[in-house]
Amino acid sequence: MYTQTEVIKDTTTAKGAENELVINMGPQHPATHGVLHLVVTLDGETVKKIEPHLGYIHRSIEKMTESLTYRQFTYVTSRMDYLSAHINNLACAMTVEKAMQIEVPERARVIRVLMNELTRIASHELWIGAMAMDLGAFTPFFYAFREREMITEIMEDSCGARLTMNYMVPGGVMHDIHPDFQKKVKAFVQQFKDKVTEYEDLVTNNVIFQSRTKGVGYLSKEDAISYGCSGPVARASGVSCDIRKIYPYEVYDKVEFDEVLDTAGDSFARYIVRIKEMNQSIRIIEQLIDTIPEGDFQAKTKAVLKPPKGEFYTRVETARGELGVYLVSEGGTTPYRIKYRSPGFSNLSALDHMARGGKIGDLMATMGTLDLVIPDIDR
Amino acid sequence: MMFSLEGITKTIQDWLFSSFSPTVALLIECAIIILLAIALFAVLGLVLVLMERKVAAHIQIRLGPNRVGPGGMFQTVADTIKLIMKEGLTPDMADKFLFNLAPFIVMIVAMLLLAPIAFAKNFQIWDINIGVLYVSAISSLSVIGILMAGWASNNKYSLLGAMRSGAQIVSYELSAGLAILSVVVLTGSLQISDIIESQKDGWWLFKGHIPVIIAFVIFLIAVTAETNRAPFDLAEAESELTAGFHTEYSGMRFAFFFLAEYINIFIVCAIGATLFLGGWMPLHIGNWESFNHLMDYIPSSVWFMGKTFFLIFLIMWFRWTFPRLRVDQLLNLEWKYLLPISLFNILLVTLIAIMGWHF
Repeated sequence: MYTQTEVIKDTTTAKGAENELVINMGPQHPATHGVLHLVVTLDGETVKKIEPHLGYIHRSIEKMTESLTYRQFTYVTSRMDYLSAHINNLACAMTVEKAMQIEVPERARVIRVLMNELTRIASHELWIGAMAMDLGAFTPFFYAFREREMITEIMEDSCGARLTMNYMVPGGVMHDIHPDFQKKVKAFVQQFKDKVTEYEDLVTNNVIFQSRTKGVGYLSKEDAISYGCSGPVARASGVSCDIRKIYPYEVYDKVEFDEVLDTAGDSFARYIVRIKEMNQSIRIIEQLIDTIPEGDFQAKTKAVLKPPKGEFYTRVETARGELGVYLVSEGGTTPYRIKYRSPGFSNLSALDHMARGGKIGDLMATMGTLDLVIPDIDR
Repeated sequence: MMFSLEGITKTIQDWLFSSFSPTVALLIECAIIILLAIALFAVLGLVLVLMERKVAAHIQIRLGPNRVGPGGMFQTVADTIKLIMKEGLTPDMADKFLFNLAPFIVMIVAMLLLAPIAFAKNFQIWDINIGVLYVSAISSLSVIGILMAGWASNNKYSLLGAMRSGAQIVSYELSAGLAILSVVVLTGSLQISDIIESQKDGWWLFKGHIPVIIAFVIFLIAVTAETNRAPFDLAEAESELTAGFHTEYSGMRFAFFFLAEYINIFIVCAIGATLFLGGWMPLHIGNWESFNHLMDYIPSSVWFMGKTFFLIFLIMWFRWTFPRLRVDQLLNLEWKYLLPISLFNILLVTLIAIMGWHF
C-alpha cells in the first residue's frame, strides 16, 4: 500500500531523471482555455515532453446521437466546437441531405454560407484575443470582442442565440433571416475594415509579439500531413487543405476567394494565415450580401426523417479545420452510428512535436496559435 | 504659499523639541512617521489599484469599476475588506515559517524605501547623504522575499516564478543602477536634497543632453522589469505560471504582495521623478521670469505627485499595450543591449560632466 504522498511522488518524479520537473498544466490553467490537462516535463524552463490528457469534458456526444432523431442530433453538435456552431450544424444537416437527397433552396444555401463566414470571423476574432492573452497582452482581447459583439448581435437577431446557435436544419435554415440582417452585416463589414488596422498596430507589428512567435512551434509540411493537421494550422505549413476550395459545398464554388497559404510553418505564419482568412471571409460576405436570392429558406421535408440504409460522409471547413461527419444509417429514425472527425484532436496531437525543445513561453505561443477548443477535442 | 507643506515639518519639530525632552520628542517623531508611512501605504495602495483599473479600462475601451461609490471610487476599499475577511491558507507541505515571513519581507523593503524620498520641499523622512545608494541597495532586497515565497510554497509554478524573478531583478538592477549613476555623476552628490537642488534651473532630463535622455529611457525599462510589471511580468506570467511566486497565497498575505508591487511602482517612479524630472522643483525655463514665477505658485507637493503619477501612468500604459517577453529574450535584452548601452552612456555622461557641457 502506498500513502498518498508516495503516490504523488511516484507519478511526478521519473526514475533516472533528476533534472526533470513535471508540471501538471491544467485541467484548470489559464492558458489551456478549457479543461485540457497537459503533463509537461521540463528541464528548467525548457520543455522536454508534453503529454495531453483528455476526457475532462467528454459528454459522449456521439453516443447520445444514437438515441436522437435526425432533426434533433444537429443541435448537440453546437456544443462540440462552440465557436463554430453554425458550421458543425451545417455538416450534420448536409449529411442528412446527402443521405436523403434533399434539394436545398438557393436562398438557404446563400444564408448558410453567409452565416458560416460570419462564424469563422467571430471565431478568429476570439482566437486573436485569447492568443494575445496567452502571450501576456490583454488589450487585443477587448478590441477583438468589440467586432465579435457585432457578429453575435447579428446571430441573435436571426438565430435567437449568440453562441450555440441551432440554425442549420436538414433542408435549409430554421427561420428566415431578420429584416435588418443585410444592413447590420454591411455595417459590420465596414467596421471590420476600418478597425483591422488596430490589430496590425497592437499585435502584428509589435516587436515583442513577432519575436515571441517567429520561428516558434515549427511544423513542417510533412509533419503537418502525417499528424493529420488541417485548417489554418496545416495551411500555415503549406498544405493546401481548404475544403471550401477542394470539395466545394453550398455556394462556395460560385464565390471568389483565395485559399490562404504560408510556408513558414511557425506560430507567426499561423497568426498571419488566420488574419488573412478573416479578410477572405469578408470578401465572400461582400459578394453574397447584396444578392441573397428570393425564395424558400427551407425545403419541404417529411416530418420524420428516415435516411436510407447506408454509410454517408460529409466534410466541411470549420474555423479550426476539417470537420468530418460519418453517418451509418440502418434506415430507422435515429442514426446507427455517428463519428465526428474533429479538427482540434489532430491539431493537438502535433503539440508535443512542435513545442519540444522550446521554452514554457514558446509552449504558450504554440498552443495559442493551434487554436484549441477543448469540447471539440473531447466531444 | 497656499497648501504648502514647506513649513509644517519645521514647525512640528520645533514645537516637539521645545515641549518635551529630546528623547521623548524623537520617539514621538518616530511614532508620527510610522503612522504617516502606514497611512500613505494604505492610501497609495487603494489609489494606485483603482488607477490601474481605470487606466486599463480606458485603454481597453471599457468603463472599469463604476458600481461601488461615485465612479467606482470605493471599489478598492471593498476589495481590501474582502481580502481581509478571506482565510489566509498555508499549504500543508509548505515551509510554514518562510511562507508566512515572505510577504512581510517584501512589504518591509517597500516601506524602507520611502525614507529618503522628498515628497515636497522640506518634507522628507530621512535626508541621508547616501540617499541614492540607499535606495538601490535596499530595493534589491525584495528579491529575497520573492525567492523565499517561491521556495517555501512547495509549488512548482511558484518555484519557476521565483527563479525567473531572481534572474530578472538581479540583472536589471545593473542597468537601473547605471542609469541612476549618470545623474549622480552630473550632480556630484548622492544626497536626494542635493540632487533636487541641482535642478533648480532646469531638470536633468532637459539639461543633460541626449545621454541623460538615454539614461532615462533605460531607467524606465529597467524599473519596469525590476517591479515585475508587464512586459516583464515573467515572475507572475499568469498564462504560463498561473500566478508565479504568489500562486499559493491568499487573503491578506496575497494583498501584501499585491500592495508591495504597487508601492514599489510608486517608489521607483518617485525616484525617477526626483532624479530626472527635478522632484518637487517647479518647471523653470531659463530667463522667463514671469513664467518661472507663475510656476512657483503651484505647490511643490503637487509638482512631485504630478511627475510621479505621470511616470506611473507610463508604466501602466506599457502593461496594457505590450505582450510579455520570453525569459531568454528578457535576459538577452538586459545583457546584450541595455547593459552595454548604459556602460557606454555613463562614459558619455562623465565626459559631459567633466567638460561642463551640460546647461
